[in-house]
Amino acid sequence: MDLTLSPNHIAFRQAIREFIALYGDRAEGVIPGQRPGPKQIAWQALLLEHGYAGRFVPLEYGGYGAPYDIMEQRLIVEEFSRAAIPAGIGNQGISMLVPTLLELGTEQQKRDYIAPTLRGEMVWCQGYSEPNAGSDLAALQTRGVEDGENFIVNGQKIWTSTAHEADMIFCLVRTEPHAPKHEGISYLLFSMDDPGIDIRPLKTMSGRAEFNEVFFTDVRVPRIQMLGERGDGWRVANATLQHERAYLANSALLSQRYAELSQLIKENQRNGQAITTSQALQERLMQLQSRLLALKCHDLRLLTHSMKGTDPGIAGLITKLYGTETRYQVDVLALDAQGELGLLNQSDPRVRDGGVWFEREAMDLGLIIGGGTAQIQKNIIAERGLGMPREPKPVNKEG
Amino acid sequence: MEFALSEDQIMLQDSVRNALTDLVDVASLRDCVDNQRSRHESAWQTMVQLGIPALLVPEQYGGIGLSMLEAALVAEEMGRACAPSPYLGSCILSTLALMHTGSAAQKQQWLSMMAAGNGTVGFAFTELVSGYRVTQPVHQQNGTLNGTTLFVLDGREADAYIVACDQQLWLVEANASGLTFTPQHTIDGSRPTLELNFNNTPAQCLPDANRTSIEQLLNAAWIIQAADSLGAAWKMIDDAVAYAQVRRQFGRLIGSFQAVKHLCAEMAADIEPGRSLVWYAAHAFDNAPDEVTLYACHAKALLSDAGHIVARKSIEVHGGIGITDDLGLHYWAKRIGQNRMLLGSPHDAHQRAMQHQT
Ligand SMILES: Cc1cc2nc3c(=O)[nH]c(=O)nc-3n(C[C@H](O)[C@H](O)[C@H](O)COP(=O)(O)OP(=O)(O)OC[C@H]3O[C@@H](n4cnc5c(N)ncnc54)[C@H](O)[C@@H]3O)c2cc1C
Repeated sequence: MDLTLSPNHIAFRQAIREFIALYGDRAEGVIPGQRPGPKQIAWQALLLEHGYAGRFVPLEYGGYGAPYDIMEQRLIVEEFSRAAIPAGIGNQGISMLVPTLLELGTEQQKRDYIAPTLRGEMVWCQGYSEPNAGSDLAALQTRGVEDGENFIVNGQKIWTSTAHEADMIFCLVRTEPHAPKHEGISYLLFSMDDPGIDIRPLKTMSGRAEFNEVFFTDVRVPRIQMLGERGDGWRVANATLQHERAYLANSALLSQRYAELSQLIKENQRNGQAITTSQALQERLMQLQSRLLALKCHDLRLLTHSMKGTDPGIAGLITKLYGTETRYQVDVLALDAQGELGLLNQSDPRVRDGGVWFEREAMDLGLIIGGGTAQIQKNIIAERGLGMPREPKPVNKEG
Repeated sequence: MEFALSEDQIMLQDSVRNALTDLVDVASLRDCVDNQRSRHESAWQTMVQLGIPALLVPEQYGGIGLSMLEAALVAEEMGRACAPSPYLGSCILSTLALMHTGSAAQKQQWLSMMAAGNGTVGFAFTELVSGYRVTQPVHQQNGTLNGTTLFVLDGREADAYIVACDQQLWLVEANASGLTFTPQHTIDGSRPTLELNFNNTPAQCLPDANRTSIEQLLNAAWIIQAADSLGAAWKMIDDAVAYAQVRRQFGRLIGSFQAVKHLCAEMAADIEPGRSLVWYAAHAFDNAPDEVTLYACHAKALLSDAGHIVARKSIEVHGGIGITDDLGLHYWAKRIGQNRMLLGSPHDAHQRAMQHQT
């Protein structure tokens, strides 16, 4: 157990702090479901220039080109969330696709896509889920049929976050209809402006249109825009999902949310009395702090495994479940702590914090479902973590 | 930065685990509990050979001088084995009290003896945390004690006791005049406690005890209890998983029913972040004095509550046999229950955490 930082890391942390002190007031966060605007893009450019975004992406693809150092990555996340400053753009393209491209993309793909994605100019959406393929993602039916140098794509995606704002999609399609279901899938990258794409926004419970249905009719995608080998899309998708789960279970963000919650409780009244006078609410706050501190320590443990390249076993499998649940509970307590005022929506002048807590509750409930539902996480923990019997194969598969 | 156990720490934990697994089974555990024995004799002798009573004691008194993290790893194994042994009271709390608040002579006399495994010292402390529940609580006048204290740890075979009274600590020898004890009848039989009565009993003051050192003792207690519950809870998870792999119903292993798998996954997910928390709290005990109280509070609270849920779900996975005396799973459930309430409840721990931050 050695929790001291090396002199290099201490210096690096100091540099981040100085950067934040100097430029922090220029920071602009991205609103969920929306494209980055000029201010967010300018902030991202500043981060890229100083190596606080795209730090480990090679120079030739528009990154900063620093040698990979996971501790530096953690310090960036930690320092920005401690200062409550948005650490640049963290959309699906940057957090999930870029690492996958770096791992499995062709030279051409890396050159075409990584730099504009990092700059926030090229926005991606993730086209995995379909009406009949959610948890059972490998049951997806969107077809990609070879036609000369192209694949012709037909079918439908759903729950596609930010599709209405996106320039590009990374999309799973079935190219080998007769192969076993995990082996017939390919991973295509194409433009959302291509002819034959129809996007229909779906509102979520927060009232915002954050995700969409996306329909494909004879969309032509050049073969060179396939990421990974034909029929190997399942493996590529799993690489992306690893990055997604790491990105969803982030204890630095949780710490920031917890700090906001505890501020709210300290400073406000509930039904005419200081919230802090409620023993019951204080107890719930402390229960959440127990979970938060456990997760912070747990993160350090997992970080050490990543640095050494060792398998954390069950300790790694529980984080999505535990982290998203804790985040959701923070939102629920923030609403409960407000009493009846917690009922107001963002249009009411008396609403607290702009109505953000209900939006977060809705969003964080979505995170419990998205990226592998809580129940699927439990299957994984039981089967891979505890060695319990695998789910039985489905008997009567339709279609 | 490295948040992991060292090779030596892993070896220490493995050796304690292996020794206890070989020696402690449900039959011998039952024998201890039924006969109100406060220690599992063969397990304790082996612990002495492994140097466990010497673990925290500085080298100058014949100890090994290790830290709270090693002590917590051993505690985890104690909980896993559920073995009655004078660990929490004597090896941890009395040892730390003597180390940090005793006079040179007291340290020389008692720490050397304890480190060698030649004696143990009971610990009477709960009133400071849990308040008075007797009409005549212990009070001190001119170096003599009068009154009653409850839930004394490791008291049965002790050669002396450390007794908390008015934010001070007093050492009382077991053969001192006017001292009597009565065993308490507790639900958990794996860590028996007793009631001590003092009647003009002579006592020596531990000269350096003060509020801070007493707070630090409470931190130690909570970290060790949390670690103990971590071990006991994982033992109950492992048992549930193993049983689910052999028991069949409806022509299937019950472990293939998703309801059962999810119970097991929930147990693991609820408890495992607690391991990281215990490691950190124990590390902070020796290395981060500003943080230790907060982390000790949360370790106690989280492992108590998660442990309690694990105890219940593990029994549920077993079905009817889970609740039987025969299977013995209840020993671990009761141990977790005792760790949860003794020396303060999760609620008390949360309140202390809250006060610590305001
Ligand atoms: C906010 C949000 C954003 C999203 N963004 C995207 C996106 O950008 N791109 C994209 O492709 N997808 C996205 N998704 C979709 C997401 O990945 C799916 O919702 C998720 O995988 C679950 O699939 P489903 O909705 O079809 O639910 P289903 O799979 O139908 O699940 C319904 C219920 O059945 C349970 N269930 C299903 N199978 C099992 C099983 N084997 N064992 C136990 N229980 C089971 C589930 O846990 C759930 O409770 C998003 C979802 C949300 C909520």
